[in-house]
Amino acid sequence: MDLSLTPEEQAFREEVRAFFRDNVPAGIKKKLSENRHTTKEDMVEWTRILHKKGWAVPHWPKEYGGTDWTAVQQYIFNEELQATPAPPPLPFGVNMVGPVIYTFANEAQKKHYLPRIANLTDWWCQGFSEPGSGSDLASLKTKAERKGDKYIVNGQKTWTTLAQHADWIFCLVRTDPAAKKQQGISFLLIDMKSKGITVRPIVTIDGGREVNEVFFDDVEVPAENLVGEENKGWDYAKFLLGNERTNIARVGMSKERLRRLRELASSTQAGGRPIIEDPKFREKLAAVEVELKALELTQMRVVANEGKNGKGKPDPASSVLKIKGSEIQQTLTELMLEVAGPFASPYDIHGDDNTNETMDWIAQIAPTYFNYRKVSIYGGSNEIQRNIISKAVLGL
Amino acid sequence: MDFDLSEEQRLLKDSVDGLLNDSYDFEQRKKYGAEKTGWSKTVWDKLAEQGLLGLPFAEADGGFGAGAVETMIVMQAFGRALVLEPYLPTVVIAGGFLRHAGSAAQKAAHIPGIIDGSKTFAFAQLEKNSRYDLNDVSTTAKKKGDGWVIDGEKFVVLNGEAADTLVVTARTKGGQTDRDGIGVFLVPRNAKGVTVKGYPTQDGMRAADITFTGVEVGTDAALGDPANGLPLIERVVDEARTALCAEAVGAMDESLKITVEYIKTRKQFGVPIGSFQSLQHRAADMFVFTEQARSMALLATMASDFDDAKERAASVAAAKVQVGKSLKFVGQQSIQLHGGIGMTMEASIGHYFKRLSIIESTFGDTDYHLRRASEAGGII
Ligand SMILES: Cc1cc2nc3c(=O)[nH]c(=O)nc-3n(C[C@H](O)[C@H](O)[C@H](O)COP(=O)(O)OP(=O)(O)OC[C@H]3O[C@@H](n4cnc5c(N)ncnc54)[C@H](O)[C@@H]3O)c2cc1C
Ligand SMILES: Cc1cc2nc3c(=O)[nH]c(=O)nc-3n(C[C@H](O)[C@H](O)[C@H](O)COP(=O)(O)OP(=O)(O)OC[C@H]3O[C@@H](n4cnc5c(N)ncnc54)[C@H](O)[C@@H]3O)c2cc1C
Repeated sequence: MDLSLTPEEQAFREEVRAFFRDNVPAGIKKKLSENRHTTKEDMVEWTRILHKKGWAVPHWPKEYGGTDWTAVQQYIFNEELQATPAPPPLPFGVNMVGPVIYTFANEAQKKHYLPRIANLTDWWCQGFSEPGSGSDLASLKTKAERKGDKYIVNGQKTWTTLAQHADWIFCLVRTDPAAKKQQGISFLLIDMKSKGITVRPIVTIDGGREVNEVFFDDVEVPAENLVGEENKGWDYAKFLLGNERTNIARVGMSKERLRRLRELASSTQAGGRPIIEDPKFREKLAAVEVELKALELTQMRVVANEGKNGKGKPDPASSVLKIKGSEIQQTLTELMLEVAGPFASPYDIHGDDNTNETMDWIAQIAPTYFNYRKVSIYGGSNEIQRNIISKAVLGL
Repeated sequence: MDFDLSEEQRLLKDSVDGLLNDSYDFEQRKKYGAEKTGWSKTVWDKLAEQGLLGLPFAEADGGFGAGAVETMIVMQAFGRALVLEPYLPTVVIAGGFLRHAGSAAQKAAHIPGIIDGSKTFAFAQLEKNSRYDLNDVSTTAKKKGDGWVIDGEKFVVLNGEAADTLVVTARTKGGQTDRDGIGVFLVPRNAKGVTVKGYPTQDGMRAADITFTGVEVGTDAALGDPANGLPLIERVVDEARTALCAEAVGAMDESLKITVEYIKTRKQFGVPIGSFQSLQHRAADMFVFTEQARSMALLATMASDFDDAKERAASVAAAKVQVGKSLKFVGQQSIQLHGGIGMTMEASIGHYFKRLSIIESTFGDTDYHLRRASEAGGII
């Protein structure tokens, strides 16, 4: 048993760290540390930088532009990226549909889509959830009827993150209405420019625009856009959802938030001294640090296991990572809110691309606190994760 | 011991609830919030018509001589409807200063305008470094001839743009955190040297940062003793905290109601999600938290009549602690139980969560009041 990184792993970490330090554009880094939204252009710029280095899709197989890094190296890469902070690659392409395509799609599809995902030529969004199908995803109703060499798609997706930027959407659609729930579902790739698609924004409680409703009204989709076999889409979806486990804990991101929190607490006064000197506040910081350290070690255990057992098998331990990771992220936003205190209240009328002269750093704190309630809702809510643990791990 | 409302208080409750039922649903609230002031003059006039703006003032001053319980009734109802109108700064805070410390002339000059709805007020207290400490005041008021000259900066002043008159805390002598030497001044918002920069707040209201540069006011601007106003400020702010506790209880009641309604109707896996025991228990805990908050909001309400300032302060601090803990749980879980819908601007539940969150950090957050309660030697 050895908790430390090998000298090679340490050297790798230094290399990755130095690359992020020197290559993340300063403007983007500032936005991230202030919890502002990055623009589409920011994401493209950053992805191209990574791509040039050969690191845009490191966890993909080498033949599709990936690397042969070990699970530990992948882990280090993600942690360092988040801790910098650098923008995480757009997950919908890189972590979701990409792996589905290289695992289940045909050669023509691989050849066409994968390179365009890797350098963000195509912006993908995820069309799984529907108004009536959230936690119970398999109840989805959007249907695709086969007509000759086309599918005709009708229905509605919702909560579609950043669909306003998207060139493509991957959807779960019902192709066999007679089959039972999970069985009649297919995995379809749809061009967002298709006739009959309408994107309508949903404004979130923080005033942001990150999610949308997407409506399909007799949308014609070439049959060749089907991934794998018809009516096997649920298997691919399960693979996709189970694939995210190394990222989900966001340990690196929380470390970065913690650093930022310390900074803010050092520069904000309460009762005639910086908040960071308040013993009660320091104890709260220490308490999150303990949780975060525990999570980091739990995550490393999962990563080490993955190294042994091979990729792709969903590990119920990922539910632990999701629950604790989201709770820690939320706790950190609460502590930030505490530090901002009465100054959290003004709404940042200047928006993302401007700065508020007086209290630059403070404007995003309450919105982030509000917005981060989402992390225990999406990606399988924390209640669903607990159901998974009690069933799959505890046998209840 | 009697926790029941009197006949008159019940009538008051029915009349506020009735008014808000008729004119304050979520869609109407959106419209009011979009007005330039951030609230509706029409609603304000209705509050005046029903006598709500005159509740706490003495009959001799044209009011109804009502007490803290009446204010609690009104604020709870306001919390349920997320009322945006400036009742807290005008009636509770400015009204409180005038009632406790106003001279006959000051009362005569200002109270009638509050009662008939023609004037609103704002409380300019928070400073860049003061945070929650009421004795931390850098804004100065210097004697000049018969009057005063005020200089300084105040932040996040609720209703600061729309108010006719600002109630300003300013130091007449001593160092930044001395307990002595703080005065309270009435300053017309349009006085020369007053610069107001307004903005929307996270909870859908409007506030302002206000700069005072050589603002000259008369002797009659000082409320109470300009050399020793802190006890007065503490008393009025405790009343404001008490009112906020009541508002929070109203907002929690409504959050719980909306959430329970939602989980009864939202179906997943073929059943209402309210049939899952994990959600039932969460809702039950929300209920427990709300009831604990209600009890402490009552204590704070009763405490405003305590003669012993220390006991009063400790009770209010304790109430703010419990309410702070409760509102966090209730606010967060309301969103969680709604799932994605709870994250949207379109659903009302998120607006309750936001208002509750901001109440937590208004006039002292949970930790601040925990310290106050502990420094008071406990409250049991
Ligand atoms: C900001 C944000 C971004 C998103 N982005 C995307 C996206 O890009 N693409 C996409 O497809 N989807 C996306 N989603 C949707 C997300 O996956 C769903 O919100 C999530 O699955 C929950 O579904 P729901 O919102 O319908 O809530 P519901 O499923 O209705 O859940 C409501 C509440 O009931 C609880 N609950 C449900 N079932 C059970 C049960 N069996 N036992 C106990 N409790 C239960 C839930 O935990 C929750 O607390 C996003 C959501 C958000 C908030
Ligand atoms: C110190 C002590 C003194 C006692 N004194 C007396 C006495 O004087 N006279 C007497 O008659 N009894 C007495 N009891 C017994 C006591 O009332 C029982 O322990 C109690 O009713 C719980 O029953 P149980 O121990 O069989 O646990 P169980 O009922 O088996 O419960 C085990 C666990 O399951 C949970 N659980 C059970 N049903 C549900 C449900 N529907 N939903 C969710 N969770 C559930 C429980 O909350 C508990 O956590 C005493 C017990 C203790 C510990």
